[in-house]
Amino acid sequence: MVSWTDYLVPLSQGAWVTVQLTFWSTILGAILSFAGGIGKLSPIRPVRWLSVTYVEVFRGTSLLVQLFWLYFALPVAGDAIGVNLRLPPVTAGVLALSLNIGAYGAEVVRGAIQSVSKAQYEAAKAMNFTPRQTLWRVALPQAIPEMMPSFSNLAVQNLKDTALASLISLGDLAFKAEQLRNYYQDSTTVYTIVLFMYFGMALVLSVLMRLLERNVGRWRGARR
Amino acid sequence: MSEPMIRFDKVEKSFGTFNVLKDLDFEVARGEKVTIIGPSGSGKSTVLRILMTLEDITGGAVYVGGDPLWHEEKGGKLVPASEGHLRQMRTQLGMVFQSFNLFPHMTVLRNLTEAPRVVLGLSKAEAKDRAEELLELVGLTEHAHKFPNQLSGGQQQRVGIARALAMRPKVMLFDEPTSALDPELVGEVLNVIRGLSEEHDLTMLMVTHEMRFAREISDRVCFFDGGKICESGTPEEIFGNPKEERTKQFLHAVLEGD
Ligand SMILES: Nc1ncnc2c1ncn2[C@@H]1O[C@H](COP(=O)(O)OP(=O)(O)OP(=O)(O)O)[C@@H](O)[C@H]1O
Ligand SMILES: [Mg+2]
Repeated sequence: MVSWTDYLVPLSQGAWVTVQLTFWSTILGAILSFAGGIGKLSPIRPVRWLSVTYVEVFRGTSLLVQLFWLYFALPVAGDAIGVNLRLPPVTAGVLALSLNIGAYGAEVVRGAIQSVSKAQYEAAKAMNFTPRQTLWRVALPQAIPEMMPSFSNLAVQNLKDTALASLISLGDLAFKAEQLRNYYQDSTTVYTIVLFMYFGMALVLSVLMRLLERNVGRWRGARR
Repeated sequence: MSEPMIRFDKVEKSFGTFNVLKDLDFEVARGEKVTIIGPSGSGKSTVLRILMTLEDITGGAVYVGGDPLWHEEKGGKLVPASEGHLRQMRTQLGMVFQSFNLFPHMTVLRNLTEAPRVVLGLSKAEAKDRAEELLELVGLTEHAHKFPNQLSGGQQQRVGIARALAMRPKVMLFDEPTSALDPELVGEVLNVIRGLSEEHDLTMLMVTHEMRFAREISDRVCFFDGGKICESGTPEEIFGNPKEERTKQFLHAVLEGD
């Protein structure tokens, strides 16, 4: 007779993979968000086009297709031109998740930069800052606190999306759950535990993002 | 030496089909303190914004210190200014905004040191010395480590003035520096500007509705109407004995409450 506690070890292993997937794809996704968001506002036309294309392609197609494409289609395409583009599941998973979240994040970054008031840009110009100095020293420090609530949502979204990575045989929480269910035929218990585990992780992530939000909130100036 | 600090030569400015400035000729001598008055929408801010390079011109030419602002000479011809030329020209100008426009994420001190450090390349210590001197000038020494939103409007505007001065401009532009302030805070800002007006070298161009103050500190007052200078003269001439009917009407309207 198996008890529900017997599921905990394999599920915890899966959860740890999920945590790592979430961590790396959120970090890489944040970098892509800034690159894409700033790129969309670049005065250099090719940079702008590249950023727009990236954002539109990854927002306009499903994550599942992106994941399968990177994992299954890319190696075949690579073979056709004689390059080895076989990605380990973890790499394909992190890459697909971050490219996807980065495309949504880029819109958040762009919006936040554009929401910095015209008056601030004018003051920066009057102080003779270059456009680049204006971006880094005036606009971004004010824009980043504005991005944080959306970034928190995206990070939690990303955590939930990692479940799709089980479909390319990554041993994450969803994958382990599926394995246990197949073996013990005990859907209710397994999925109830998994539900709570995802919920717990999302809760922790939200708290972490809230702390980060409060931290960068100081850039807004003093509390009133 | 007789070259004026600022010269507008038949300047046109339109937004779409709307002409704000029409064939504007206007000069400010070196060290001169000039006040622009006039009804809303007459183009007063536009004149300052053109000088601060926040707004380009659609015709004519503007000269600052004898050099064309919105053009540069290439092969004996005037061509539209490059960003590099504009940056060069901006070093001569400082602007104080009606709504202060301080950087809210920086302390008062940082508001004053940031541009001197990254734009002018001053060392940290040099920039700090300069900032502290200016904070003393505007009477805010003990507020150096506060953020703008911890200050009153009058204090914020004094920081705004100090911030512009930190770049050591030759020309200071003030666009209604006290219009956003509660009446009881106007005086402290005007006192700072009054102090500056005693600096011989500094050229000042100010838009204001503070008529008594304009009368007191200006070498010359220009009354703007419909994108043109309707009348210009010493404060005594403009306030004491205006010649144009429009000037009389305007002064009558704004001074009524005084
Ligand atoms: N960016 C813009 N686009 C379109 N019209 C503009 C723009 N900026 C100014 N204007 C118009 O140009 C005219 C002159 O504006 P300006 O701000 O110079 O007036 P002003 O004399 O400073 O008035 P106020 O006393 O209200 O500040 C106004 O009618 C204004 O609506
Ligand atoms: Mg105005």
